Amino acid sequence: MLIKRAFSGDPKPSEITDAKSYAARRCFLKFSCATAMGAALMLPTESPWAEENGLAADFNNLKASPFSTTEEKTSFRDATRYNNFYEFGTAKGDPERNAHTLRVRPWTVAVEGEAGKPRIFDIDELLKISPLEERIYRLRCVEAWSMVIPWVGFPLAELLKRVEPTGNAKFVEFTTLHDPEQMPGQRSTMLDWPYVEGLRLDEARHPLTILAVGLYGNVLPKQNGAPIRLIVPWKYGFKSIKSIVRIRLTEEPPLTTWMKAAPREYGFYANVNPEVDHPRWSQAKERRIGDFLKRPTLMFNGYGEQVAHLYSGMDLQKYF
Amino acid sequence: MKQALKLKHLSNPAIHRLKLVVFLACLIPLARLAVADLGADPVDTLTRSTGRWALNFLFISLAITPLRKFTGWLWLVRLRRTVALYSFFYACLHLGVYVVFDQFFDWAAIVRDIAKRPYITAGFFSFVLLVPLAITSTNGMIRRLGGRRWQHLHRLVYLIAISGVFHYLWLVKRDITGPAWYALILCGLLSARMLTRPRVRTGALDKGSMSSTIGVSGGTSMMVERGRE
Ligand code: HEM
Repeated sequence: MLIKRAFSGDPKPSEITDAKSYAARRCFLKFSCATAMGAALMLPTESPWAEENGLAADFNNLKASPFSTTEEKTSFRDATRYNNFYEFGTAKGDPERNAHTLRVRPWTVAVEGEAGKPRIFDIDELLKISPLEERIYRLRCVEAWSMVIPWVGFPLAELLKRVEPTGNAKFVEFTTLHDPEQMPGQRSTMLDWPYVEGLRLDEARHPLTILAVGLYGNVLPKQNGAPIRLIVPWKYGFKSIKSIVRIRLTEEPPLTTWMKAAPREYGFYANVNPEVDHPRWSQAKERRIGDFLKRPTLMFNGYGEQVAHLYSGMDLQKYF
Repeated sequence: MKQALKLKHLSNPAIHRLKLVVFLACLIPLARLAVADLGADPVDTLTRSTGRWALNFLFISLAITPLRKFTGWLWLVRLRRTVALYSFFYACLHLGVYVVFDQFFDWAAIVRDIAKRPYITAGFFSFVLLVPLAITSTNGMIRRLGGRRWQHLHRLVYLIAISGVFHYLWLVKRDITGPAWYALILCGLLSARMLTRPRVRTGALDKGSMSSTIGVSGGTSMMVERGRE
């Protein structure tokens, strides 16, 4: 156990920052050199990107998670070419095309607000907060399609612990980078930039909630929200905010971007719920990317056993 | 100038050749779908592409009458039926994709969708109105209905176009650029129709000249009616 911790929590920040070329960066980003020990402890991670490019995966000795699903994973290609990331355009292919302008180093995340020890974390420091795990989660978009993605990340709770939330902290507000130079989509006024999302503190601390830094054993591609993003698998995808620069503990519920844009259509909770339709389309079914026919959508995206208690006694028609 | 004069009238064989070209050209969007990479969500690509082309061909057919007025190329109107029927053809494919892949023949769910979702209601409305226009697009039907009634009926095309644009507007999540363009173009087409004074007189509606004004989109109908009052 100790050895495992040492390996997975031992990145080489200096190498990461200094790396010049893309491929070189990917090589250096590997979390441990493939020593015999490392190999013995290694969780085999599938990394199509790495394979195609003749490189090893960025992350090798990831901790497996009991929360992972065994369902068939969405292909790496589809997961990285079909994205909603309006900061780079509204068509599904825009993020893959345009996100190259995003600079993911240097990168910091300010964790502030109702916290005893607020501070700014460097991204390379965040990579060491807690052993990185592979979490294979279902992702359900509010547009009635879904994927299964093997994320690489760590529980958000681990980060929150470091800043010691005060008794006043009831909610967590997340903010994406705001820089129209890097994010051309922000030049349009379609949404009120920067993108803001929020969770109740108990949702944020829930063990299913993670900050992801990778997928398929590789560093998070830019179009997927590099270098660090939220994953809340029982909520619609838009809650899982990308390219985070600020996390603020608050007493009042944050006003999220989509609530501002269309309050009738998007609520604060946005829990996946087949019985509560989007005002303009049904949420009863979804199309798993790669399938032709739709399948029934599961309550809380199939994570009811873990999260239903968070909402007991609440009218989910009202708190959608 | 001389060229323009030449283009004003085309010989029948030339028009037939042109019709064939248009007929084949209208199949290009479908052919592309057959060979192109449909992306991560092929069903969505099919739905969107067929929906777009249903609307595109509808708009092109609506543009023919103003274009004919503007250019003086009288034969343009003889291409209208082909283009307009292709709008119906792509609308059928569009609906087919929805029935098979979105709903998998769950008719109860489809009826619920039509009743409950304004964007589906609008699309369905457009589709239902397209059906009688397609059925009455043949020469025989035009003759049977009589030019005047036929044109009356085919005014519905404007309603179809308007509800088609609303269908598109109501389904987008946030970025209304696409439907906004269509709305703008539709405004342009409608004003072109309003502004071009009809030169057609009562006599123009006899059977002989009908063959040159046939088409699913009753382009001149509104103006003809006005002119007669
Ligand atoms: C019963 C009839 C119809 C149904 C059930 C239907 C259904 C749909 C659906 C499910 C979508 C895709 C929504 C999405 O992907 O989010 C769509 C898009 C669309 N439909 Fe229809 N539709 C119908 C009729 C029509 C007709 C008659 C037209 C045109 C004249 C049309 C034009 C469009 C257009 C332009 C789009 C958007 C394409 C895009 O996003 O680029 N639809 N329709």
